[in-house]
Amino acid sequence: MARITASVYTSHIPAIGAALDLGKTHEPYWQPVFQGYEFSRQWLKDHRPDVIFLVFNDHATAFSLDMIPTFAIGTAAEFKPADEGWGARPVPTVIGHPELASHIAQSVIQQDFDLTIVNKMDVDHGLTVPLSLLCGAQDPVKGAWPCPVIPFAVNVVQYPVPSGQRCFNLGQAIRRAVESFDEDLNVQIWGTGGMSHQLQGPRAGLINKAFDSAFLDQLIADPATLAKKPHIDYVREAGSEGIELVMWLIARGAMADVAGGKPPHVAHRFYHVPASNTAVGHLILENS
Amino acid sequence: MSLVKPYLDVPGTTIFDAEQSRKGYHLNQFCMSLMQAANRERFKANERAYLDEWPMTEAQKQAVLARDLNRCISLGGNIYFLAKIGATDGKSFQQMAGSMTGMTEEEYRDMMIHGGRSVEGNRRTGEDGDAQPQHQPQGKAGRSGQKASI
Repeated sequence: MARITASVYTSHIPAIGAALDLGKTHEPYWQPVFQGYEFSRQWLKDHRPDVIFLVFNDHATAFSLDMIPTFAIGTAAEFKPADEGWGARPVPTVIGHPELASHIAQSVIQQDFDLTIVNKMDVDHGLTVPLSLLCGAQDPVKGAWPCPVIPFAVNVVQYPVPSGQRCFNLGQAIRRAVESFDEDLNVQIWGTGGMSHQLQGPRAGLINKAFDSAFLDQLIADPATLAKKPHIDYVREAGSEGIELVMWLIARGAMADVAGGKPPHVAHRFYHVPASNTAVGHLILENS
Repeated sequence: MSLVKPYLDVPGTTIFDAEQSRKGYHLNQFCMSLMQAANRERFKANERAYLDEWPMTEAQKQAVLARDLNRCISLGGNIYFLAKIGATDGKSFQQMAGSMTGMTEEEYRDMMIHGGRSVEGNRRTGEDGDAQPQHQPQGKAGRSGQKASI
């Protein structure tokens, strides 16, 4: 059967993608950010999965205001990097895993989560920046991502966004869905977005290191309590766009300890301020 | 029974909820149209004419022409959509976010390098942090404005 072996958490800041694409990773401003992912690039080589289930949010790219799905799972064979207004990122096309994705869609919907099934979708920086951070720069034509990726988009743009509790429960449903897939696959689940940041209004630029640090601590040790944190606490303490952190609870909910297994091993933890407008957070948890 | 909106007292912050989304539908969809290169060219060639193709309010059009992102947000815009205007203008996300504070690009960048804006005094309206209405615009613009008013 398929199983979830590890979860990866990371910010997905567009400026990080631009820094990679423009060869700026060694500039003093960016060096500390990319240093924080050196371990992770080696780790991914050593722990190469068969499939990555990647939780991200679309930033008014594939989904305009015409349709706003709360949870959308990509079941296509491939997903093209989107032109977000600056031109498409020069990175490889994302290869999907339609069989596992459609299996998860069917299982999770039967567990009372209303997923939107998406057979055609371009993917924006929310999905491609985490891949770049852990795989390094890849030639758009000759390069390739290490394995198929199932994109899972969460609405965190228009309020009300799903609660932390609902995201945490959804992660548990995804774990059950993966484990009911017959093929023997090593699956990683990645939660992206965050950490504290605000991109709008006179409060733009808000960073709350104390909040972020406590969030990471609690995500590791006590995610069930963290899942109860209300939306307004994220907005007040971590900025209006800090709400992206609820997506990390989907990945955390899929870990074995939540279903009665052993606590995960913390393989890596990293935090840095700033990248553009944002605090960068990154965590790798392995199932024992 | 009315809806609970606990986010209305966060200073300098507009939560893009269903009501804002309804108000800003055409404004935001205009922004989405700028994801196509041909539309960016047409917009740049004649902004007013391009905007007139959209059933936006006059106030929304004026806010776009003035690149007043705070005003766009108050009229239903959302930053991820509005970012397409900045992309068309060749602006980075940091330049766009900074423009809403009144700070210069350099002042905003320096604030971020030094750890960003503090949450202290900025959790609720009525406190005295730098994002509160009584401290706008921020940076040199605010200080010179203060001098002028004395």
